[in-house]
Amino acid sequence: MTWTPSAAGQKRIDEIIARYPSKMAACLPALRLAQEEIGHVSKEAIDWVSRRLELPRAHVQGVVSFYTLYHQKPVGKHVVQVCRTLSCALVGGERILDHCQKKLGIRPGETTPDGKITLETAECLASCGSGPVLTVDDEFVENLTIESIDALLDRLRSEP
Amino acid sequence: MAIWIDGRRHEADPERNILDVCLSRGLDLPYFCWHPALGSVGACRQCAVKVFKDDKDTRGRLAMACMTPAKDGTRLSIDDAEARELRRSVIEWLMLNHPHDCPVCDEGGECHLQDMTVMAGHLVRRTRFEKRTFRNQYLGPFVRHEMNRCIQCYRCVRFYADHAGGKDLGVFGAHDAVYFGRHADGVLESAFAGNLVEVCPTGVFTDRTLGRHYVRKWDLQTAPSVCVHCSLGCNTTPGERAGSLRRIRARYSGAVNGWFLCDRGRYGYEFVNSERRVRRPFVRGEAATSEVTPAALARAWSKGRVLGIGSPRASVESNYALAALVGPERFHQGTSAAQTALVATIIRILREGPARTPSLREVERCDAVLVLGEDVASTAPMLALALRQSVRRQPERAALELGIPGWQDGAVREVVGNRKGPLFIAASVANEARELDELATRTVRAAPEDVARLGFAVAHALDASAPEADGLFGRLPAQIAGALAGAERPLVVSGTGAGSEAVIQAAASVAWAAGAGRGRAAELVYVVPECNSLGAALIGGRSLAEAFAAMERGEVTGAIILENDLYRRAPEADVDAFLDRAGHVVVIDHLAHDTASRASTLLPAATFAESSGTFVNNEGRAQRFFQVFDPDSTDIRPSWRWIAALDGATDRWPNLDELQAALARELPIFGEIAAAGVPAEYRVRGARIPRALHRQSGRTAITANRELHEPRPPEDPDSPFAFSMEGAPRVPLARLAPEVWAPGWNSCQALNRFSAEIGGALLGGDPGVRLLEPIEGAPPAYFSPPRVDSLPEPPPDSLLVVALHHVFGSEELSALAPGVAELAPKPYVALGEEEALERGVSEREEVDLSIDGGPILTLPVRIRPGLPRGAVGLPAGPVRFVPAGSRARISKR
Repeated sequence: MTWTPSAAGQKRIDEIIARYPSKMAACLPALRLAQEEIGHVSKEAIDWVSRRLELPRAHVQGVVSFYTLYHQKPVGKHVVQVCRTLSCALVGGERILDHCQKKLGIRPGETTPDGKITLETAECLASCGSGPVLTVDDEFVENLTIESIDALLDRLRSEP
Repeated sequence: MAIWIDGRRHEADPERNILDVCLSRGLDLPYFCWHPALGSVGACRQCAVKVFKDDKDTRGRLAMACMTPAKDGTRLSIDDAEARELRRSVIEWLMLNHPHDCPVCDEGGECHLQDMTVMAGHLVRRTRFEKRTFRNQYLGPFVRHEMNRCIQCYRCVRFYADHAGGKDLGVFGAHDAVYFGRHADGVLESAFAGNLVEVCPTGVFTDRTLGRHYVRKWDLQTAPSVCVHCSLGCNTTPGERAGSLRRIRARYSGAVNGWFLCDRGRYGYEFVNSERRVRRPFVRGEAATSEVTPAALARAWSKGRVLGIGSPRASVESNYALAALVGPERFHQGTSAAQTALVATIIRILREGPARTPSLREVERCDAVLVLGEDVASTAPMLALALRQSVRRQPERAALELGIPGWQDGAVREVVGNRKGPLFIAASVANEARELDELATRTVRAAPEDVARLGFAVAHALDASAPEADGLFGRLPAQIAGALAGAERPLVVSGTGAGSEAVIQAAASVAWAAGAGRGRAAELVYVVPECNSLGAALIGGRSLAEAFAAMERGEVTGAIILENDLYRRAPEADVDAFLDRAGHVVVIDHLAHDTASRASTLLPAATFAESSGTFVNNEGRAQRFFQVFDPDSTDIRPSWRWIAALDGATDRWPNLDELQAALARELPIFGEIAAAGVPAEYRVRGARIPRALHRQSGRTAITANRELHEPRPPEDPDSPFAFSMEGAPRVPLARLAPEVWAPGWNSCQALNRFSAEIGGALLGGDPGVRLLEPIEGAPPAYFSPPRVDSLPEPPPDSLLVVALHHVFGSEELSALAPGVAELAPKPYVALGEEEALERGVSEREEVDLSIDGGPILTLPVRIRPGLPRGAVGLPAGPVRFVPAGSRARISKR
């Protein structure tokens, strides 16, 4: 099965490619575009990027699997990524992750049955001074405590 | 220039890094990610040393040896406590996830990771945690994948993608779960994938063919050998145990193949174990013993009325022995008239012209290349790998000008980027992966005659005194001429693959004309069909067509056919007629084929692994291959010994040295052939060179099922090697070392101990002697371009037959290895896109094909983009005989 982006997406990718001296440089934004349209970067999206940018599939898939911001499987409405790198771990990052798992009843990489929240881990989110941290979609949530996590997850789950 | 290592002065080359110098000086310093062919990236942190500012600096600083240039007066310490502790802790964390599976791992006993773990002093595991695990992939018939063993040194992708241009092996994931593999299960696409087995420092990539009949490195018998699967003559190390060949490894040669091999060369070896081997003599189809054979031989051999047919895949010595037996008048080369003429033209060009043939390693240093008519990636894969390196030469000068040394791999690649030096390709076909096309400045697809015309036009653009050619290609000839004239080391590549004399002549004209501006002809490489095509042709002899004619005229009553299946050389009807007329047909070969099945006497020949001899590669380099093992049947003998027996004069040449001496006396071109090897009486401190490592096990038990007493090791009259682990422990001439090993270095990386400077010549010199040298400064005797109007009008609606070569399946011997056979194509007929469209045939549709009015073949169509209009391609190998240059008709069914 082949996938191609919408007409608007096609136009955007042309503009993106035009910005760079080599097509390879457009790999990250092209994947981003695919993820925005599909919700995750599917195998078909990887095939499209590799065709469109004339890159080996192994290269594109290597890029997708390197960055935690690309989702290789369908995700829930919100994606919660908890930092598991050293600075956060020293101020209780592991406890925060444990609590998220218990509260949501899922493990990292899984989505709640109601499809609202996907829980993931991330490497250093570059906010070491305010750890433990996590991101909800594109937003930082800093200086986490058990209480602030509870409030956050409750709010996300109660959203319509 | 010198550097100080732990207070001792060592000579050093400022072009190198400290790791390279330490290893070149025989010092132990562990490393993983560095590889002499791949350079330094400083990824694994294993080669840390302490570097001091001057002799007053006592604190020093830790530095990665592979990333630090060896400047004059550099002071460093390998032994420094802090450096040692860092190296020990680095290996400890590299080993955190490495499984404890050495006893069941194929790499065990020749594992760089094992060696480095011991060297770095990590002796006790402290980790209590679960190990990270992965799913492995199916990577095809040659390479096995076991990702759990990975230590993330990145060498595999640096070799596969960066060095060899492979597209389908990548790196996935991040942090502690980095995965090296394909995007999905499947056969690795690169023809160089087998090198991963040696490039990987541990057992992630192992040899699947070895795994099927596994033994440890120390249980193998080995000897220096030469690949038989194309004309380049890459050096190999075959390994045998209990009468079967278990694997081939790349054998380093500073002049020929460097560190690597292609997969045809590495995995073609299983033909030696094939069920199609001839293992005993047959007389009129009945198995005979060697005792009854001499009488049969005497009957078969009736002096003066028998012609000899040699072979480009048999050794120089066997071809010569046959020529000496039947006499030069009755000796034939065993190749078609067309093929014989092509190789003769090449030899004349290389001997009489001013252009020199570079070695394979020298090709890597060339900086502007024109490929004329040869599908190099299929007919000589390792040459394509060398050309891939050559396109880096011009752009990497920018890095050198910035003061970045060539071994700084990451930095140099950053500077080079996507830029490529000049590479022009003009050929009828590319291999299916088109792996050189992606590097080319321009690619031209045209029929062989047009390719030749382009060459002649380039020659004329370089030297106005070279004859003018019909203008067909616009400004392209001037562009190519400009690139060649502006280069430091221009190179022209061509060969017999296109089956065209004009192409070969055009290539010579370009190389010679390049001398007009620079005073020195360009370098010139010709690919020839088989491992000893040049060697056999240098013996002389007529073509197969003349053998057929002599038989038809009734001048002879019998034939002796040496290691040759004539059905691959000529149309079936011609071969049938020849064999029908012949009274006696003696076939000496190691494989049963249709020619062998017609033999009145079939004699079992030894393969390259069971005999010693010489091949002459496409460079004109004579190289000796040494017998690896003694076949368990006394009937299997080198062909030349059978030939001596036919004459009833077994003592005519008591050993290979005597045979070579006779050859050198008779044919002066072979005067130096003995220097390609070593005399059989050569000894190291009075001892023979052992073929097995000192740790070989089971000698008293291995034949106990047949004989309780331990047998004496067989004698070898032809070489100084012993079929034993006993003998000289160390050989001063590295080219004679059966296997690389040094104390503490059990893996193939022990090679560092076998050359004075890593990447340079082997200690005592690289193997081989060049038999063909050009006449420097000879005035070019330009060939004339083919004239359009001189060609006979082709029959209407007929198509030009072009031979298509495949890495797997086109070469006769390797095609019998199961893994190679799995990847070989089935017979097909190829048409270009336009031609197919015009004829209304589509992919996979079956059509009838008839060549020169011969019998009809029904084959499925494959559309081959780029195949010129008016041409039809047939796969050499799957289609047994492809008469390139003939005319064929195809019709829809």
